[in-house]
Amino acid sequence: MTWIFGSTKGSADNKIEAAMSELVPEPRQKPAVPMKPVGINSNLLGYIGIDTIIEQMRKKTMKTGFDFNIMVVGQSGLGKSTLVNTLFKSQVSRKSSGWNREEKIPKTVEIKAIGHVIEEGGVKMKLTVIDTPGFGDQINNENCWEPIEKYINEQYEKFLKEEVNIARKKRIPDTRVHCCLYFISPTGHSLRPLDLEFMKHLSKVVNIIPVIAKADTMTLEEKTEFKQRVRKELEVNGIEFYPQKEFDEDLEDKTENDKIRQESMPFAVVGSDKEYQVNGKRILGRKTPWGVIEVENLNHCEFALLRDFVIRTHLQDLKEVTHNIHYETYRAKRLNDNGGLPPVTAETEENHESNL
Amino acid sequence: MAKQPPAQFTNPETPGYVGFANLPNQVHRKSVKKGFEFTLMVVGESGLGKSTLINSLFLTDLYPERIIPGAAEKIERTVQIEASTVEIEERGVKLRLTVVDTPGYGDAINCRDCFKTIISYIDEQFERYLHDESGLNRRHIVDNRVHCCFYFISPFGHGLKPLDVEFMKAIHNKVNIVPVIAKADTLTLKERERLKKRILDEIEQHGIKIYHLPDAESDEDEDFKEQTKLLKVSIPFCVVGSNQLIEAKGKKVRGRLYPWGVVEVENPEHNDFLKLRTMLITHMQDLQEVTQDLHYENFRSERLKRGGRKIEDEEVNKDQILQEKEAELRRMQEMIARMQAQMQIQMQGGEGDSSAVHGHHV
Repeated sequence: MTWIFGSTKGSADNKIEAAMSELVPEPRQKPAVPMKPVGINSNLLGYIGIDTIIEQMRKKTMKTGFDFNIMVVGQSGLGKSTLVNTLFKSQVSRKSSGWNREEKIPKTVEIKAIGHVIEEGGVKMKLTVIDTPGFGDQINNENCWEPIEKYINEQYEKFLKEEVNIARKKRIPDTRVHCCLYFISPTGHSLRPLDLEFMKHLSKVVNIIPVIAKADTMTLEEKTEFKQRVRKELEVNGIEFYPQKEFDEDLEDKTENDKIRQESMPFAVVGSDKEYQVNGKRILGRKTPWGVIEVENLNHCEFALLRDFVIRTHLQDLKEVTHNIHYETYRAKRLNDNGGLPPVTAETEENHESNL
Repeated sequence: MAKQPPAQFTNPETPGYVGFANLPNQVHRKSVKKGFEFTLMVVGESGLGKSTLINSLFLTDLYPERIIPGAAEKIERTVQIEASTVEIEERGVKLRLTVVDTPGYGDAINCRDCFKTIISYIDEQFERYLHDESGLNRRHIVDNRVHCCFYFISPFGHGLKPLDVEFMKAIHNKVNIVPVIAKADTLTLKERERLKKRILDEIEQHGIKIYHLPDAESDEDEDFKEQTKLLKVSIPFCVVGSNQLIEAKGKKVRGRLYPWGVVEVENPEHNDFLKLRTMLITHMQDLQEVTQDLHYENFRSERLKRGGRKIEDEEVNKDQILQEKEAELRRMQEMIARMQAQMQIQMQGGEGDSSAVHGHHV
């Protein structure tokens, strides 16, 4: 097939273009399986600049900022709010142990989501902390995880509805729960039946990171023993906490995550928002008559490990697993239930045009 | 009247001395020979430090072969009552201490029926004592009544939980409640004060009657009065238990070793362990008296008011009533069946008539 390259002017242009369009070969059908890239040896003759894409991505992320939604679950008094404040070094969570606590323990589990915008190094993060007061505090705690499960699924539903719109927003607001910190009471014995039930129900729906709260109540030996017991109990009951084994992408991930899974988790943490002077430095800690517990000292507790894990190394991965796995599971289930079609509600038909 | 010759112990030269001032010594010697009995019940969620505290208080190991069940096993368990008795002797004085443990309390997801077992145990002991007391041979009555209940409040919470309130309200008329906060090394001093105050407020708010130390008599010495005052303001006691010996400041103390320091069990600046022990020891007698004079008498008058009818009798009555009701039901059902049969016959007869009428028309 010959190609006509013309440079005629005027109205003849249109004709040529029309002719050309007939001659343009049909695009080859895309193969069903992407072809393996031919092993192009990177013996490039010069610097192209492909690696600047990282810088471009970084700039974009800085401009747009990103969302992170973290949920905290546990009995009242385990230090959830303090820990979240310590993690993000700001008063993002209102503590319920203030001097005048007027609110009583709520009769049913409530879901309270509070959003904050935090900025660091030019990067903006819209952080939402979802608190669950009332969990595990009643005499009868049967099914107290249901409101939590419902909330998580509602966020998936919201996202799904936005996705199936024809006129989609450029950036779908992401209210899905990326990470759920579950607070284990430091009894030193074992998990409580409620802990097991909660994690059994929710580990398939959201990324659960178990933490041992108020870990300053245990000596080093007690801590090690307790962690071992908890890990074993979780394993025996088939509970997969984040990072889940099945989602390790490559060997590097696997070795890194294995170490965390088998040795460090669940993290035994201590939180504090008060500063004290120790050895000439100002550090976050708790002051007792027998010593000062330093929150960021790895010899004292594992807060620094938790912080690094959640924020400095696995933040993006938490979001990805939520999007690619938990959300997709929810979506597949919804579509299946609807006979393979995207879900439709009366509201959807009126307000939006969905691509049925 | 001529004075009796004075007894052996007294100074024969003291005029007007009868000698019954020696009575307390005689009572003392008899009690020491007989020994003391004390039953202490410990109630609280698992993992709050109850066993460690009991072992620390009495410098013993009451639970040598203890297996702590995992969460999956706890789901199936109901509240148990386990009583262990230990004989402690100190300077010739014997104490027969019974510790009643309540494993399983507060563990289940639904704790609604948590305290039934505990309350029936307490009542059973009262019942047994009442039975023995009213019996013919009263020489060797064994007193297994619960003299004191240590109720463990979680140091991790913000105060009393709904379960704590409900339980204490259910037993405060049956036993002396002493609220205790164990694992107190998890709290700073300020947090302790806050927690104690909040708990006391909530106790008052809900009308819970805890054991009150009796005020020191006016003729006691000043030290004792001071001590009693100090004890009274420290309730509920924030304690730390341990039987491990740690080296601190050159000497061996019982405590817990942390990377940031050593918590000493017997240091009053670290926790209220000594206060709790003092309270228990100096008021053991009073705890027994209050149990006898107040809680037991309450129980007894309730029981006797019911006219000696046992609870089983009431249940038997219930059964009888049920049977009677069922018999009545059956009778009514038979009646209805009979009426239905009659109606059917009538209708058939009626139809016969109407068909005849129809027949006519047709």
